[in-house]
Amino acid sequence: MKSYLSPVVALLGSVTLLAAAACSAGSGSSSGSSSPGADQSLAIGLVAEPASLDFTTTDGAAIPQALLGNVYNGLVKQDESGKIVPDLAKSWTISPDRKTYVFTLVDNAKFTNGQPFTADDAVFSIERVKTAWTTSLKSAMDVVQTAKAVSPTELQVTLTKPSNDWLFRMTTRIGAMFSKTGVDKLATEPIGTGPYKFGSWKRGDSIVLQRNDAYWGTKPHFGQVTLKYFKDPTALNNALLTGTINVIGTVQAPEALSQFTSNDKYQVIEGTTNGEVLLSFNNSRPVLSDIRVRSAIRAAIDHKALVETCWAGRGKLIGSMVPPTDPWYEDLTSVTPYDLPKAKSLLQAAGATGKTLRLRLPTLPYATSCGQVVKSQLEQAGLKVQIDQLEFPAAWLTAVLKNADYDMSIIAHVEPRDLGAVFNAKYYTRYDDPTLQQALAAADAGDEATQVSEMKKAARRLSEQAAADWLFLIPNLMVADKDLKGLPKNAITESLDLSTLSR
Amino acid sequence: MILRLVERTAVLLVSLAVSSVLVFGFLAVLPGDPARVALGVNASDEAVAELRRQFGLDRALTTQYVDWLTGLLHGDFGTSYISKAEIGPQITDRFQVTLWLVVTGMVIALLVAAPAGTVMAARHRKLSGLALSAFSQVGVAVPAFLAGILLIMLFAVKLGWLPANGWTPPAEDPGMFLRQLILPALSLGLVQGAVLTRYVRSAVLDVLREDYLRTARAKGLRPFPALWRHGLRNAAVPVVTVLGLQLATLLIGAVVVERVFVIPGLGSLLLDGVSNRDLLLVQDVVMVLVVAVLVVNFLVDLLYVALDPRLRVSR
Repeated sequence: MKSYLSPVVALLGSVTLLAAAACSAGSGSSSGSSSPGADQSLAIGLVAEPASLDFTTTDGAAIPQALLGNVYNGLVKQDESGKIVPDLAKSWTISPDRKTYVFTLVDNAKFTNGQPFTADDAVFSIERVKTAWTTSLKSAMDVVQTAKAVSPTELQVTLTKPSNDWLFRMTTRIGAMFSKTGVDKLATEPIGTGPYKFGSWKRGDSIVLQRNDAYWGTKPHFGQVTLKYFKDPTALNNALLTGTINVIGTVQAPEALSQFTSNDKYQVIEGTTNGEVLLSFNNSRPVLSDIRVRSAIRAAIDHKALVETCWAGRGKLIGSMVPPTDPWYEDLTSVTPYDLPKAKSLLQAAGATGKTLRLRLPTLPYATSCGQVVKSQLEQAGLKVQIDQLEFPAAWLTAVLKNADYDMSIIAHVEPRDLGAVFNAKYYTRYDDPTLQQALAAADAGDEATQVSEMKKAARRLSEQAAADWLFLIPNLMVADKDLKGLPKNAITESLDLSTLSR
Repeated sequence: MILRLVERTAVLLVSLAVSSVLVFGFLAVLPGDPARVALGVNASDEAVAELRRQFGLDRALTTQYVDWLTGLLHGDFGTSYISKAEIGPQITDRFQVTLWLVVTGMVIALLVAAPAGTVMAARHRKLSGLALSAFSQVGVAVPAFLAGILLIMLFAVKLGWLPANGWTPPAEDPGMFLRQLILPALSLGLVQGAVLTRYVRSAVLDVLREDYLRTARAKGLRPFPALWRHGLRNAAVPVVTVLGLQLATLLIGAVVVERVFVIPGLGSLLLDGVSNRDLLLVQDVVMVLVVAVLVVNFLVDLLYVALDPRLRVSR
C-alpha cells in the first residue's frame, strides 16, 4: 500500500527543496544600495510604457515623461512652481512688439553623438516641427515665421503675431532640441544634450538611462536610472515593498496608500498635477446646449463626496480648467456649489427632468469609479443616466473624441495650459463661445499682467457657463524610499526630471 | 499510417489557412484606428488620413491580406506601426520568455497530476483518495492569476523569499532567472495540474476496470506494480489529448500571469499591441499562437499512434 504514496512524497520533497533554495538565495540580494558612491543606480516604477521613443510622430505622455529634461533639453523649461526658466538658452529678450525673441545659448552643450549644440541645431529643431512632426502638438509652432542663427550662440525667432503661449510651449516636447545629424532613429535611439543618455529599452519591461558624463550642466547623482513599467497597480506596489524599485512614480490606486503611510521605510509625496478630471459635455446636443441643464448637472454633484468615494479623498477641487500652479489660478469651486434643490428646479425649468443622457466612459480606473457616483448623484436630481464603457484609448478616441458621439464623458486632460485647446467648437466638447475666444486671444497677445487677467476672465467664463464640470484635479502621489531626496512635489511638466534626485 | 499522416497534414494546412482569414478579418473590423491612437487626442482628420496612408491602411483589405500572408510565408513579419521596430525579432524574444513559462508550467502540472491522479484513482474509495480529490477540486476552481496573487502575497511580500515580479533572461543571471521563474511557473502549473489530475484519475479508473488488469492481479502482481506495468500506457492516451488541449489554456493563462508578474512575454506584447492598435503586430502574434496550438495538436495526433499500436493497424 505504501508504494502508492511515494511519488507524492517525492513531489512534496522537491517543492520543499525549491522553496528552501529560493529562501537562501533571497536573503542574499535583499540588502539595500545605501552606501554612498558615484555609481549608484535607481529604479522608478511607472505605469504607462512608451509605444515608441519618438514623440515627434507618436503621441502619449509616456515618451516625454522618460526623455524630456533627461535625454533632451529645450531652450527653456518650467520649474516646479510653474515659472519659465533658462535651459539651453541662458537668457532671452522680447522685442517691444512682442514678436521677436532673441535667445542667448549656452556654448558648452554637446549632443551624445559628439556634435556640439549650436544655434543651427535650434533652427533645425524648430523648423523640423513644421516639416517632419506628425502629432497634433506641432500646431504650436505654426505661429513661428522665421528662425535664424545670428551666431553659434544667438538665435532669433520671429512670430507672425505676439504669443505668450509659444514661449510656454517651448518648455514642452515641442521645444526639444535635436541634433542635425541625430534624427535618423528617433524611435529607437534618441540623441540629445541632457544629463542622461539613452541606454537600452527592454520592451514590455523597462528603459535604462545612463548618466551623460559629457553633460554641460551639473551632473546628476545617479549613474543609472531604470524606468520600470507596470500595468498592474498591485504589481507596482509589490515591487516597492519587495525592493525591486525605489520609487512609485504615479500611484494608481490611492486607496492602497495606507500600506506605505504606516511604514517608516517609505515617504509619501503629495502635490498637484495638470490633470483636470472633466465630466465633459457635448455642448452641441439639444439638451446640453441649454445652460440651465449644464448648471443643474454641476449643482447636482457633491464633489467632496465624489472624490472621497472614487479617489480616496485625494485630489483638489478646482471648479474650472486651471490648476493651482498656473499664474492665473483662482478657486472657482464657489461658482456653482452643491445644491440639489436648485439643480432640480433648474432641470424642471428647462423641461429636462426625466431626460436620458448617455455617459460614455473610457476604461480607466478613475473614470469607471467616478462614473457610478456621477450617475447616482444626477439621478437624484431627476436625470436618467445611461453608462457604457469604451476601451481606452482606441475605441474611446474614435467614438467620443473624433465623432463626438456622446452626451457626457469622464476624462483627465493632462496637457498643461489646455483651456483653449479643450474648449472650442471643433473639439469634442463642441463649445462655441466667442467671448471665451476673445479673452484667450487677448491673453496670448498681451504682456504678462494682461495674460494673467485675461486668463482669469476665461476660466471664470467657462465655470459660469458650465461648459463642463470639473470633478477634481488628479493629485501627484509618489511613494519612495525614505532617504531619497529631490523628488518634485508637483508634477506639472511633461517630464519626470531625474537630474535632481539623490540620496 | 501514411494515410493518417497525409490526412492530419491536410487538416493542419486547411486550419492554418482558415485561421489566417479569421485573424485578419476580426482585426479589420475591430473599432479604433491605429493612426488616431498614434497621433493622439488633438489630431486633425487630415493628419490621421496621411498616417493611415503611410501605414498602408488605405489599401483594399484583400491587398493588405495577401501582402501580409506573403510576408509571413517568407518569414517577414513586417514592421510595427507604432514602435517602427521589426516585429519578427520582438516575437522571437517574447516567445522564448513565454515558452519558459509554459514548459515549466506544463512540467509542474505533470509532476503534480500524474502521481496525484494515479493515487486518487487507486484509492478512490479511501479517505486519502477522497481528500486528494477534494483538494484538486479547489485547484480547478482557482484561476491562475489568483493563485499568482496569493503566491506573491505569501512568498514575496510576507516572507520575502522570492521576488514579487520581474524577469531576467537565463543567460544574464541564471540564479535570478530561476528565482523569478518559480512563482509564475507555479501559479500556472499548480492550477493546470489540478485540472489534469482529474483526467489522470478518470483515465486510470477506466484502466483499473479492464480485464487485463484483473488478469495481472490474478497472476500475483500487487496493485501498483500491475498498474505501472500494464495500465499506465493505456491511461496515457486520453491524458495526452488533454495535455495538447491544455497547451492552449496554458498560453492564455500565461498572458494573464505575465501581467501579474510583470513578465515581458508574448502575452504582454499582445496586450500592448491591442491597446495601441498596433494591428500588424497583433495579427502576427495571434497567428504565431494559432500556429503553435495547431502544430501541437497535430503532434498529439501523431503521438497517439506511437502510444497505441492499434491505431496503426486500424488505418
